[in-house]
Amino acid sequence: MKWLLVGVIVAATTVGEVLQAKGMRQHGEIRDFRPGALGRVAALLARNWLVLGSVAAMAVSFFAYLGLLTVAELSFAVPVTAVTYALETVLAKYVLHERVSWVRWAGASLVIGGVALVSL
Amino acid sequence: MNTESARLRLKTWSCASVVIASNVCGNFFLKRGMPAELGTASDYITVLFRPAVTLGVLLLILWLASRMALLSWADLSYVLPVTSIGYVLVAVAGRLLLHEQITARRWAGIALIMAGVALVSSATAPQTYARPKAGAAAGGRP
Repeated sequence: MKWLLVGVIVAATTVGEVLQAKGMRQHGEIRDFRPGALGRVAALLARNWLVLGSVAAMAVSFFAYLGLLTVAELSFAVPVTAVTYALETVLAKYVLHERVSWVRWAGASLVIGGVALVSL
Repeated sequence: MNTESARLRLKTWSCASVVIASNVCGNFFLKRGMPAELGTASDYITVLFRPAVTLGVLLLILWLASRMALLSWADLSYVLPVTSIGYVLVAVAGRLLLHEQITARRWAGIALIMAGVALVSSATAPQTYARPKAGAAAGGRP
């Protein structure tokens, strides 16, 4: 049950975060942080299908995470879900077409190695 | 470093701090408020009304919003490692507030995560190419 929940969380989070990054990139940089301007941004994003899809995927991930928290320690539940880092860095390169330099690959590898040690 | 990249770096760090703090506190309160067991589907809804869980959910909504703002200008492959410092803080919160054990192996993992964060955040720019100005996509999609 624990590992099934981890699988659901990883899949839903990966899909949700890549859609979120794509949707926010489509929107462009937020420069005005006054409440009125943020309200207009929210209204605009509520019509963006990529952002809506990401919220749906993250809702699935959230409820699976609630389930995981009942059966696992916090210091297991949080790091184990960082498997998404490896998947998302690959997708950042091939789906979002980011320039993932060797420094970023090295940094992501260190993070993944660290997360593995923390969660074992 | 020119003015534009200094501005972007400062803005990135301010926003990343909110992302990290809201994530760590949100996770902590969620764990604090969870019961030992969630039996039925309705338990998943009723648990949301426990005060600690409600606070955790509100903080995670702030996390989601601030992360979306950050992703509007920063690369995903930059945001991922930089915000991973949250893993370290969650472990420390687990140790200090929930009295979970942190073994030598776990501390070693924390050190690796911090090294990765330092490498990516100091050696690469948050954004690797030009993006549309805010609102440019307003009429772009039906």
